[in-house]
Amino acid sequence: MILHVDKITMQFGGIKAINELSFSIKDKEIYGLIGPNGAGKTTAFNVITGNYIPSSGSIKFENKDVVGVKPHKIVKLGIARTFQNIRLFKSMSVMDNILIGFDSAMHYTYLESILRLPRFFSEEKKSRQKAKEIMEYFGLLEFEHHKASELSYGNQRKVEIARAIATNPKLLLLDEPAAGMNPAETKELATLIKKAKDDFDISILLIEHDMKFVNHLCDRVLVLDYGKMIFEGKPSEAIKNEEVVSAYLGDFIHD
Amino acid sequence: MDLVTFLQQIINSFSLGSMYALIAIGYTMVYGVLRLINFAHGDIMMVGVYFAFFAMSVFALPFGFAVIVAVGGAVVVGILIDKIAYKPLRKAPRISLLITAIGMSFFLENIVNVLYGSTPIAFSVPDFFSQTYDFSGVIVTPTVIIVPIVTLILMMGILYILYRTKYGMAIRALAFDVETVKLMGIDANKIIMLVFAVGSGLAAVGGVFWGINYPTIEPLMGVLIGLKAFAAAVLGGIGSVVGALLGGLILGFTEVLFVAFMPEYGGYKDAIAFIFLILVLLFRPAGIMGINFEKARF
Amino acid sequence: MSKIKTLQLMAIMLTILLMWLAQNHLDDYSLRILTTIAIFIILATSYNLINGITGQLSLEPNGFVAVGAYVTALLLISSDAKLDMYQLAEPSPWLLLLNTTLVPALFFSGVVSAILAFILAFPVFRVRGDYLAIVTLGFGFIIRVFAVNTPAVTNGAIGLNDIPSSVNLYWAGAFAMATVLIMLNIIYSKYGRGMKAVRDDEDAASAMGVNTFKIKTYAFMTSAFFEGVGGGLLAVFLTTISPDIFTFFLTFQLIIIIVLGGLGSMTGTIIGAFLVIGGGEWLRVLDEEVNFLGLHIDAHPGMRMVVFSVILIVVMIFAREGIMGKRELTDLFRRVKK
Repeated sequence: MILHVDKITMQFGGIKAINELSFSIKDKEIYGLIGPNGAGKTTAFNVITGNYIPSSGSIKFENKDVVGVKPHKIVKLGIARTFQNIRLFKSMSVMDNILIGFDSAMHYTYLESILRLPRFFSEEKKSRQKAKEIMEYFGLLEFEHHKASELSYGNQRKVEIARAIATNPKLLLLDEPAAGMNPAETKELATLIKKAKDDFDISILLIEHDMKFVNHLCDRVLVLDYGKMIFEGKPSEAIKNEEVVSAYLGDFIHD
Repeated sequence: MDLVTFLQQIINSFSLGSMYALIAIGYTMVYGVLRLINFAHGDIMMVGVYFAFFAMSVFALPFGFAVIVAVGGAVVVGILIDKIAYKPLRKAPRISLLITAIGMSFFLENIVNVLYGSTPIAFSVPDFFSQTYDFSGVIVTPTVIIVPIVTLILMMGILYILYRTKYGMAIRALAFDVETVKLMGIDANKIIMLVFAVGSGLAAVGGVFWGINYPTIEPLMGVLIGLKAFAAAVLGGIGSVVGALLGGLILGFTEVLFVAFMPEYGGYKDAIAFIFLILVLLFRPAGIMGINFEKARF
Repeated sequence: MSKIKTLQLMAIMLTILLMWLAQNHLDDYSLRILTTIAIFIILATSYNLINGITGQLSLEPNGFVAVGAYVTALLLISSDAKLDMYQLAEPSPWLLLLNTTLVPALFFSGVVSAILAFILAFPVFRVRGDYLAIVTLGFGFIIRVFAVNTPAVTNGAIGLNDIPSSVNLYWAGAFAMATVLIMLNIIYSKYGRGMKAVRDDEDAASAMGVNTFKIKTYAFMTSAFFEGVGGGLLAVFLTTISPDIFTFFLTFQLIIIIVLGGLGSMTGTIIGAFLVIGGGEWLRVLDEEVNFLGLHIDAHPGMRMVVFSVILIVVMIFAREGIMGKRELTDLFRRVKK
């Protein structure tokens, strides 16, 4: 178990966005978080990444307690994420965006960068090399010096994932990675993610609405509705489950 | 100190605090709907006062009319500033808006400087305001009574508008979510214009009161008062009208009592607002009324 | 990397050549303008680090410049001169012990400013970036309040004069070049990237491991340090300082410089400094009487400032990227190469 979420409740005022949610992710698993809009999926992400502090419950990542740890420290522990609406650093080049992912692991001090001491050069060279490798892996090398905002939507998505992988995570959280993509792009992305999981040795937790995508990729899924879990298991079984179907369609299928 | 002096200071505090409150409301409302610290707000107050001066000196209008001119002038200037400088930047990054506000502030100060010079000008106030009444040692002028009462009345008027009219509801909704308000068919820009109008008008009233109490005016008079009023708004809880009143009063009290109890440090009284600001940020950033705009950004 | 080094070396040598030419061929007035521009380059490029690169609107310069100016002045003025100069109160005894030369004095100016910045950073960066502007505005004001109200240290509103003058164009130019180079080294490092990331999307930055509080504090302290050094240079250049030199107008000029030049660009800032300081001199004509082609226009002191503020507003509304936007000179070459 790489991630163990235990009875997490997230309360905003009177509303429980997540209600005693518990699940675990196995090592090297692709785990899907699905459910209708507003079910609490992104909230769950934000609790795991440290942006929200849950009202109750605990989260263990590689057996360490991570509730209350600040977001930038969570990254150092090995959890990285992407965002639903792509949040690249628009003014910076693709290379710089990905370098940011490596920056927190680079070891040179402020003074060393000002004085351009040797360690600055060796660390930067190392990271730039690794960044180029990642860009090549994702087919982004030709855009190395382009401003991130100039890329196509699909490529921006890839940069965001590449950037997250640059932080050397053990668990990658993908928030609706296929949003806004056509079926061909979606298929390509699914293949890419599966490949990346193996090549970079990561576990993946993803939020998605596209059921084909989920079916193709996820080993297991958890279905959320109004902040509560209503199903956990294989994607193929989720579709057949009555509660899941009614959550998506509304209760009028019974009468 | 004895009771008489103490009471005297209390009374003065109410007066000063109310003036800060009137100006603070404008800051807090504009921040609420635009998330903008309107640097030009203190200068709008100053412009209002100069409008009054203009009315009295050039047109020889009686004081009451001059006040109306002051308020009207400030309202127009406030609306124009929003229309010309802030509206084009609704979708721009926040830093652009703040810098523009700074530019506006500077513009107003220097236009008035060009028109009237930088030397302080005497602000003629009807003798009515200089009468004094002696209540066994405590000196009371009409101002000291009128200012807090008018402030309270205006405050209740604002709260009425905010909580009992549809415009007020729109203003409060705008403070939470611009997009939704637009989707409901409300012209967000008109509501924002209303906010600027109200805030500027109140600031002008505060400025006139200031002119009555400290009867010289100069182009930079809005700078320090504006800064303090903003600190008061933050102290009370930025976005809250009641907070602006509380913050203004607390600041007024603290300043007056500080000088009364420690006159040898009088020169530092202007630093009090700044200290309040730092303390609030350190210990209770949401201010007294505790409004927290830090909603989910994810 | 070495291509950039060559470019930088060339730029340095060119600047030295230009300074030498200026020193030997220009009149005193023009030299003073150029020296002023050099000092403003120091102030503006460091100001751009917190404002343009890190995207945190701060109004701190006049405060830290004042601190730097006073620290340097107090360290440079001899104790005899101090005993003569202080009119409102006896100078504090420890002041008479302080005496050193230019470079250590400037260094201390920077350090004191940086420490103050560190103290300020805690309440503000912990919470909301919005408030940075107002707090720094208040800070600048408070510094002046202190300067006026502690006559035993600062000689109150009268200020300090008799500051030994040893600054000429070479000194100012050298410090300016050093500052620009240091700024560029910071920007092209992981710290600079972190600052830009904070500017572009602070939440995404922390989601990628950037310690946003630390980055903002670094930027703020660095800005303060060089503003302090610049302040010290200003004091020596002017040879006399008083609290009313360090008003908000100083910050305002720096804002116009960095906005006009481009908020995220050091090259732009340099261009901006030339335009604003040089242009400001040229615009002085607006403040005076003009007899032009038979037209007589009365003196309107303050008109120059009105023009400045209008320029700022117009640039923000219509051309907020300024001249260089976020690009440096080298970025232009790279574009062309493609």
